[in-house]
Amino acid sequence: MTYQEKKSIVSLISAILIFVSYCLYMYPRFPGGGLESIEAFRYWGSFVLFLTLFSIIAHIIITIIFNIVFRLTTKEKEPTFADELDRLIELKAHRNSFFVFLIGFLIAMGSLVILQPSHMMFIILITSGFISDVIGSVTKLYHYRRGV
Amino acid sequence: MGKNLVGNHIRKLRFNHDEMTQQQLADKVGVTRQTIVALEKGNYSPSLELAFRIAHTFNLPLEEIFYYGENTKQ
Repeated sequence: MTYQEKKSIVSLISAILIFVSYCLYMYPRFPGGGLESIEAFRYWGSFVLFLTLFSIIAHIIITIIFNIVFRLTTKEKEPTFADELDRLIELKAHRNSFFVFLIGFLIAMGSLVILQPSHMMFIILITSGFISDVIGSVTKLYHYRRGV
Repeated sequence: MGKNLVGNHIRKLRFNHDEMTQQQLADKVGVTRQTIVALEKGNYSPSLELAFRIAHTFNLPLEEIFYYGENTKQ
């Protein structure tokens, strides 16, 4: 298995672990009281903001650890640049990822139209963000293994 | 995903050029080893620029390295 395939798998697993662990951490902190209260909106705002920061930092740390382990186990250096195949696969991954997030965004807006509570909209948005991240990693893995 | 219609003789040419490794060819044409692997497996059709760089490396015209569809010339 090549560096890029391994990296895609690590990225996929880390995305799932980061999201699940963050949700488990934040779930008990959901404020009581009215679902439409200022506190509830503050909660969802901080949920998205800190999830973004947390996942960026965690991804950087995991990538560094992965590169160290890769060097130690294979005695090879990881590629230091992205060539035309990498860029093409990256583009396809971004396309699929954005498409999934767009669908999620439209469903989230639709939930408001059919008078669902606002927290439903936030849950759909956050879930679609997570699924789009997973789809991006799966797309990369698929194309690195099966070709473009 | 189906195989690409553009095939190549890169593996054979590497062997005929002092058993050049995939990494050596990758370094010469400015791509990663993964891309050479994908090319040899027929999983990727290179850009015209990369195809020319590979042709220059082997000092051969494009059509002696790449072919379209079924290979009839061995």
